[in-house]
Amino acid sequence: MAAKITVRDLTMAFGDLVVMHDLNFEIQDKDIFIIMGGSGCGKSTLLRHLIGLREPAKGSILYEGKDFTATDPAARGPFIQRFGVMYQSGALWSSLTLAENIAMPLEEYCKLPAKTVRDLACYKLALVGLSGFEDYYPAQISGGMKKRAGIARAMALDPDILFLDEPSSGLDPLSARRLDDLILALRESQGSTIVIITHELASIFNIANNSVFLDTATHTQGALGNPSELRDHSDNPAVRLFLNRGETPTSSP
Amino acid sequence: MTAPSHRPPTAVWQNDGEGVSLTLTGDWLREGPAVTAAGTAPDRAPSSYHAEALGCHDSTLPAFILAHLRTLKPTLGSQEPPPLDGLPDNLRGLLKLALAVPEEGSPHPDESHGSKLEILGNITLSFWHSCIALVNFMGQTVLSLGRLFKGRARFRRSDFWMTVQQCGVEALPIVSLISFLIGLILAFVGGVQLAHFGASLYVADLVGISMVREMGVVMTAIIMSGRTGAAFAAHIGSMKANEEIDALRTFGFDPFDFLVLPRILALVLMMPLLTVYADLVGILGGMLVGASAGIPPVLYWAETVASLTLTTASLGVMKSVFFGAVIAISGCMQGMQAGNSSAAVGQATTRAVVTAITMVVILDSAFAAIFTLMDI
Repeated sequence: MAAKITVRDLTMAFGDLVVMHDLNFEIQDKDIFIIMGGSGCGKSTLLRHLIGLREPAKGSILYEGKDFTATDPAARGPFIQRFGVMYQSGALWSSLTLAENIAMPLEEYCKLPAKTVRDLACYKLALVGLSGFEDYYPAQISGGMKKRAGIARAMALDPDILFLDEPSSGLDPLSARRLDDLILALRESQGSTIVIITHELASIFNIANNSVFLDTATHTQGALGNPSELRDHSDNPAVRLFLNRGETPTSSP
Repeated sequence: MTAPSHRPPTAVWQNDGEGVSLTLTGDWLREGPAVTAAGTAPDRAPSSYHAEALGCHDSTLPAFILAHLRTLKPTLGSQEPPPLDGLPDNLRGLLKLALAVPEEGSPHPDESHGSKLEILGNITLSFWHSCIALVNFMGQTVLSLGRLFKGRARFRRSDFWMTVQQCGVEALPIVSLISFLIGLILAFVGGVQLAHFGASLYVADLVGISMVREMGVVMTAIIMSGRTGAAFAAHIGSMKANEEIDALRTFGFDPFDFLVLPRILALVLMMPLLTVYADLVGILGGMLVGASAGIPPVLYWAETVASLTLTTASLGVMKSVFFGAVIAISGCMQGMQAGNSSAAVGQATTRAVVTAITMVVILDSAFAAIFTLMDI
């Protein structure tokens, strides 16, 4: 069976500036997959390529063997409806309340009674610890809360694949921990595949079962594999340094 | 997308004396049939669940259970989480997460359902507050101008010249277009009437005086309200939303000197120039209509110059200085007072344009009254 997401020879560029070239990796069903790397290495750009907001300079992205990049952007609906995306700053629609933010995709894609939509929105907000904030506007809540509300909105349609852009940065340790639990629970209960961009090493080792490291120095993929193993046994010193917070790794094979 | 063979989802509450149990059956899917609930929803949490006949389910099921549990919250009283025995493991995990953080008790901050009198009072108060804010802002402008003359106001010269360019040269195309059209219309409408009396030449007087004294300056002011006033409000408003204004403050810059002052100066400087330009273009438009009606341009121009006095010409230019100040002040004020979201920036921009145009009309009427009293 084809992998959930296959990235093949992907080159990302802004005009002549090549951000990353020759990325090759697969994300399996029910993976919690981490995209990591130094600041400015193109993690968010890779995410934007995965969800079709940017077109690759070269290479292709496949979902369950079906070529996403070769599909006409106008015909990508069936792919995109299976995605849930949480943007770095939440990107909530500021003229809608939190409940309305979650209800909007539900109202658009499902024919549900208003009460059910409301219950679903309340449930999604409760999952991220925002019970009681349904009728607040994004401008009235804190940055961390916006982030969590963004995750709740990404989950609105019970997506098959959840993309999270730095979900736990800016959260207090307890909320970050709850978020990790939530991600694991979502994988268990709904069988979602989850792709996360993050720097939080604690989270990475806690939840990830696979990861890709984008190397700023070479503009290529530095390593691929389970982060706990990469930390101790990667043959790329940059990866070991990153995963050990800059401390010299004790040993390498 | 889904197979039509889904069993309808049902929820049955049973009270067997010892406690309430909830039996869940069927497929709980968004695309599937609606939920049928049997028995009355109890006023306490179910002590056990029966989910043996439960089919596949998505978020609608935990949402349903949570919605019921949350209606009980106030009467529940105890801090203990409600029992979730009998539910499948994954569902229990999700519900535990959803119930982990207690509901915040604060009511929605915007909720106010007062009497009609209260609403009227609030409207009056908010009008009064916005009047005070306007006066306050004008005061700050004067203080800021004072600092400028003492040489203590700090802003970047390049920003100032950039604003001058944006509200000067870059506004020329739209000002040309509208003024030319106004001149054209005035000459055409006036010419038809004057031709009845054989006084076609006086079209030049009509267009000249009305452009220079009223139409040129008022139309330019309205264009600049929509163009530049809105741009000021949107720019400053989004700077506020991004905390850029706070960043200026923490570096010791006065946001007023830095953002508001250069904009007001630039527009006050450019408005008279734009007005003179608009007057000329308007006269040119009139001249075109005149030429097509058989008045030679040289004659038209001579008639226009003869009809205009320096007083008439300077009145329009004098007004333009005030209009420029009013437009810049309302744009900057709405920007500075904007809330910190993109919706708030849109509202601020709308308010800026409406305030600017209203103020221009009010000021113009006031000037008309004053000039009439002074007999000029």
